[in-house]
Amino acid sequence: MAEQAGDISFLQFTNVKKTYDHKNLVVKDFNLDVAQGEFITLLGPSGSGKTTCLMMLAGFEDVTSGEILINGRSVTSIAPYARNIGMVFQQYALFPHMTIRENLAYPLKIRKQPKAQIRAKVDEYLALVELQDFGNRYPGQLSGGQRQRVALARALIFAPDIVLMDEPLGALDKKLREQMQFEIKRLHEQLGFTVIYVTHDQTEALTMSDRIAVFNNGIVQQCAPPHVLYERPANLFVADFIGESNKLKGVIASVADDTVSVRLDDGAQVSTLRANCSEIGLPTTVSVRPEKLTFTDRLGSAGNQVKARFITRHYVGEYIRYHFQTADGTELVVKNLNDSSAPQLSAQDEVALAWLPQDSQALDRQDVPTTL
Amino acid sequence: MIPAHFGIWHRLGARLLQVSSWLVLLFLILPILVIVPLSFNIEPFFSFTEGMLRLQPEAYSLRWYQAIFDDPKWILAIQNSFFIGFFATLIATVLGTCAAVGLARDDMPLRRLITALLLSPMIVPLIITAAGMFFFYSELGLAGSYLGVILAHAALGTPFVIITVTATLTGFDYSLARAAVNLGATPLRVFFDIIMPLIRPGVISGALFAFITSFDEVVVILFMAGPQQRTIPRQMFSGLREQINPSILAIATLLILVSIALLITIELLRRRAARLRGSEADVPPAATS
Repeated sequence: MAEQAGDISFLQFTNVKKTYDHKNLVVKDFNLDVAQGEFITLLGPSGSGKTTCLMMLAGFEDVTSGEILINGRSVTSIAPYARNIGMVFQQYALFPHMTIRENLAYPLKIRKQPKAQIRAKVDEYLALVELQDFGNRYPGQLSGGQRQRVALARALIFAPDIVLMDEPLGALDKKLREQMQFEIKRLHEQLGFTVIYVTHDQTEALTMSDRIAVFNNGIVQQCAPPHVLYERPANLFVADFIGESNKLKGVIASVADDTVSVRLDDGAQVSTLRANCSEIGLPTTVSVRPEKLTFTDRLGSAGNQVKARFITRHYVGEYIRYHFQTADGTELVVKNLNDSSAPQLSAQDEVALAWLPQDSQALDRQDVPTTL
Repeated sequence: MIPAHFGIWHRLGARLLQVSSWLVLLFLILPILVIVPLSFNIEPFFSFTEGMLRLQPEAYSLRWYQAIFDDPKWILAIQNSFFIGFFATLIATVLGTCAAVGLARDDMPLRRLITALLLSPMIVPLIITAAGMFFFYSELGLAGSYLGVILAHAALGTPFVIITVTATLTGFDYSLARAAVNLGATPLRVFFDIIMPLIRPGVISGALFAFITSFDEVVVILFMAGPQQRTIPRQMFSGLREQINPSILAIATLLILVSIALLITIELLRRRAARLRGSEADVPPAATS
């Protein structure tokens, strides 16, 4: 993978802003440096501005202010058809009146490549997505997954500098989606193109990306590799949006370098990593992932502890979700592996829930600028 | 079918409705249908002879059809009708398609106003359009010329093309156009490679409507055409007054046949377009090999 190789400013968004009505900014201040060969995912709820960023890069939307640079050159000076950016659309956008071969040949035909070369390229890419026997069919005769593979091949066949994918797997069922995630990763590693991938599916983002930019309200909340995003969310939004998290409210009691001590609302004192929380005496939220929290005594006395009453359990299969409630009413979820040695709990049992200080963080909501 | 649970009065009412519906239908098409047998009359009359009613073969003939093709006036009229119809259709189709594609854009300003203006030739009484055209074209020296008649008929046909093409464009997947741009197609290529093939059924049926409009039209011709530009309907019109003989019925029968053929074509195209839109799986006629 070309993760760290290449020029960091291969693709650059600098202070990009976008408004449709001259009042509200859809994209507020987007900055992102993408290295060549990197797989970047823009992740966020719908309406958070991620697709707009993609459309500006593809040239389907104007940039209100700021700049998008490819290899140091501003894209706004290049016509959309001359940008040499491949794109995979959510609804595939295969040309229904052309066969699969014709669909794949289209970008090459436009580039006036010789016929023999086009034929060879089309064969190569049909093989790449394992659709050799489907070249003479029309898109309408293929299944959703097959169409998606054609769309992918068509976006790659003309060797674009950057490939954009706008929720490309949104229309597929779960199994196919996982298969296609694998397929896209395989092609990415094999061919080394740069990907900007838009999705609202966090699992998809976590499994595929080199880095993920989490969007909310037109602002990038955090841009980091998947494990950093999950283990060290920069603020409450990210902690909430990526995976699940338990939130315990409290007041900051003391601060030391990168750890803080928090007095929780129910009286317990816990120590935790410091993220974007404020100063001593101000309220904050301690965030712990459900799988880091335990009611067994495997941590001994090493970790933080809060008291909670057992409410109910949900059997999921490979793990079991236990629901607890603290004295002040905060709901806590524990994910425990389906392990027969785990203690049996009955309703209203009071237990101590424990976790390690390095598995939790004190977080605040990030204030975001909203003016033009 | 009358439902089984209907009582006697209900049944009577339903039967009455059936009968009256048929009568209305007959009233509408009988004047057209009656022309067809009369055009085969061996006598120069506009009414059924005794022999015709007895279905005697010698009471029928093709002489009026023969008469048409022997008369240079009719030959000229037929040539004119097809010549004017063809070029008027060509112009109407190009203009109408361009207009429809432009009007389908989201960012088109004054869309409703422009649409209304473009469709107005369909709504404004024809006699007014014709009179207006006559005065306007006379100023330009176009009255009494082929160009004038062709332009006038093109103006009448354009709204039909706009309507049918607009209909095919509703629900057009513009991500296809974006995909083409993305793959490197200039706007012109996007139009010819992607948009045009997909809206073709609408364009063709619009063209057929425009052709029928020109082919059947007499009011504008009365105002605009000189003796050289007489079309079939115009020739029939003067034939009715000058030379009363069943040639008119023969040519009318031919016109009916042309109209029916065009309408069937339009209907087939409409079904094809509906199929294309409806289920993508049916798109290719025979491409699986």
